[in-house]
Amino acid sequence: MATEIKLSELAVGASAIVRTYPKSAAAFLRLREMGVLPGTSVTLVRTAPMGDPIEIKVRGYHLTLRKSEADHVVVEPA
Amino acid sequence: MSSSSPLDQASPPPSAKAAAPGRSPVYAIVGNPNCGKSTLFNALTGLKQKVGNYPGVTVEKKVGTAYSQHGQPLTVIDLPGAYSLAARSPDEAVTRDVLLGRRADTAAPDRILCIVDATNLERNLYLVHQILDLGRPVILVLNMMDLAGAAGLTVRVDRLEKELGIPVIPCEAVHGLGLIELKLAMSRPDLPLSRHAWAVPAAIAPAVAELQASLIAEDNKAPLSARAEALLLLTDQDAVRVSGSRPLSARTGEILRAWQERWEKEGTDWAGALVQARYDAIGRLAAEVVERTGPTGPTASDRIDSVVTHPLWGWLVFAAVMILLFFSIFTLAEAPMDWISNQTVALADWVRRAMAPGDLRDLTTDGAIAGVGTIVSFLPQILILFFFIGLLESTGYMARAAFIMDRLMSRVGLNGRSFIPLLSSYACAIPGIMATRTIEDPKDRLATILVAPLMSCSARLPVYLLLIAAMIPGNSVPVFSKVGIMVLMYFLGTAGAFGFAWLFKRTLLKGAPPLMIMELPPYRLPRLKDVALQMSERAGIFLKRAGTVILGISIILWALSAFPRAPAGASAGERVAQSYAGMAGHALEPVIKPLGFDWRIGIGLISSFAAREVFVSSTAVVFRVENFDDKSSDLTPLRAALQRARWPDGRLLFTPLVCLSLMVFYVFAMQCMSTVAVVRRETNSWRWPLFQIAYMTGFAWIASFILYQSGRLLGF
Repeated sequence: MATEIKLSELAVGASAIVRTYPKSAAAFLRLREMGVLPGTSVTLVRTAPMGDPIEIKVRGYHLTLRKSEADHVVVEPA
Repeated sequence: MSSSSPLDQASPPPSAKAAAPGRSPVYAIVGNPNCGKSTLFNALTGLKQKVGNYPGVTVEKKVGTAYSQHGQPLTVIDLPGAYSLAARSPDEAVTRDVLLGRRADTAAPDRILCIVDATNLERNLYLVHQILDLGRPVILVLNMMDLAGAAGLTVRVDRLEKELGIPVIPCEAVHGLGLIELKLAMSRPDLPLSRHAWAVPAAIAPAVAELQASLIAEDNKAPLSARAEALLLLTDQDAVRVSGSRPLSARTGEILRAWQERWEKEGTDWAGALVQARYDAIGRLAAEVVERTGPTGPTASDRIDSVVTHPLWGWLVFAAVMILLFFSIFTLAEAPMDWISNQTVALADWVRRAMAPGDLRDLTTDGAIAGVGTIVSFLPQILILFFFIGLLESTGYMARAAFIMDRLMSRVGLNGRSFIPLLSSYACAIPGIMATRTIEDPKDRLATILVAPLMSCSARLPVYLLLIAAMIPGNSVPVFSKVGIMVLMYFLGTAGAFGFAWLFKRTLLKGAPPLMIMELPPYRLPRLKDVALQMSERAGIFLKRAGTVILGISIILWALSAFPRAPAGASAGERVAQSYAGMAGHALEPVIKPLGFDWRIGIGLISSFAAREVFVSSTAVVFRVENFDDKSSDLTPLRAALQRARWPDGRLLFTPLVCLSLMVFYVFAMQCMSTVAVVRRETNSWRWPLFQIAYMTGFAWIASFILYQSGRLLGF
């Protein structure tokens, strides 16, 4: 079985497939609307100079989110 | 499917103007942030645009006129940038509500121009997908075709046009390419409607049908737009409402809540399923029309970012940009501000000579001209700051600055976007508060506005200098202790700003933390024309909206210091002493005595409301310094007068402790009518500026009280 980790734990430069979100959190809807959906491939590009937020590449564009938010996104490293 | 007339498709609510035959259609431009929407709007309308506000909200309304290829005028509304119609900010809520015909002030547009970034088609098409649900004529503008090509992407325009069934216009708005084709499409008497069929998830379909029926029956919506709104309600959940928009009928709201409760019980992820269904459809479409013809490698943007967001170089670049920005506001603005103030004085002198002496003359010179001078003197700083903001926004660095600063600002509950407004407030809170428009989250924006005037602005500097001079006699004390006091004041203001931001975000502006997700757009060359246009818009809005309030208050302040009239031959000091301002100073004395201030200092505090630095010149008048020239930097005569000043019982008034107490009061108190006017304009109500006056001045009183009283107990 593939290992699943939090998006915030992904190494810089590594790619992963998004698996699940907390279903109840309506706030995460916007992340999905931005194209970060279960099954989507994301790459962790870098973290900000102070370690937070993180920058990911998804569907060809760059998006930042805070680690506290990325904690709730479960991914499977590719 | 083709429509007989696009105007028949528009479904204006009963109160909106019906589209009269022969009236040219109204267009709305819609698109994601950073897709070139403003550039396209500017290119289409040139300088023929009007900037205002949607009534009741602090969201900008831009309307312009474009001309068709036949010279027919076309009204174009530039709607705020949005990633989705499921609004998460007031900007997006306005876009949603205008498109759905929910606003009384803006009828639903007849036709929609959807602009998308061709380099980032999938995410941009999400909004288009929602808009096509509306069943209104849409023209799709594929912007940044050159950049897509450079990134190794080929977009098959004919294929996209065929799949969507609507006109698709490739375009490079920055270079003006594709505009003629776009205007030709806009001039067409009729536009085809999209064959927009996509599979709504089966579990959700009954809810959509029921909501649609209710929207038609209870909310007077046309069938297609009702279906679009029903779909939207399921993801939007009516989370962000803005005033001025019609609310849903109670019946529709009940149906929505009933379905949501049912799904929650069943564990159905309805909103997620809808987003997924849209992206599935978009994914299939993108696979058909986008072809990767070049290699994928690090782009120019990636290479720039590896420096600009680097753990070490990133800080250096950031510091360099911020220092440049800050010193530009501080120093570049100085010469034009001096020039404006000299011109104001010269104009007032000229009027004084030309008019007969009397109240009317004084009202003109000391009230109106002085007030206008105050207003205009803010323009250099506003223009310079918005030049930089325009540059930073259009190049893409603004998002990086927010990315770098977010961690630090999040410690007090703000986000990275709050940094530049707060930094600018060290120069002046007016441009700083105007710059909070770049903060999307309304609560973070309000918190930033509320604390911005606590950053010690340049108008406090002359006050600090005078009081430090009065506090430390002669040159007996090493210069660094004077500098130390100055640094302490700046530190107090900054700590106050962050402390209150922390407090407000935990109490007053508490709420579920919004997702702080932000796009880092690719770096682009700035468009100076767009930057210049934004600068002039900002300046115009400030002059019109804030200027009138400032003018009114400065006339009131003049009247307070001029009436009742003193007998002829009275000195300036005597005149002020027996004016309403003087009476107010006396009335204030019991309140400020525990801080160590007498009624004369009270007059200084009141006059500071015109601008804090006025304290220096009004103090000179009140303490009877003859021939004081507030243009000269020589504070010696004024300092000497302050050091001589005594209470009636003979105690010295300006003891070092009182000077310190007064400085601390100036650090925290809200004493600037121009800031009040601009906060009123930016928050759209008197509630927040009044709250700001109360909390800042209240806290200033407490801080000075504690300092003065504990200082006295310690024997100072």
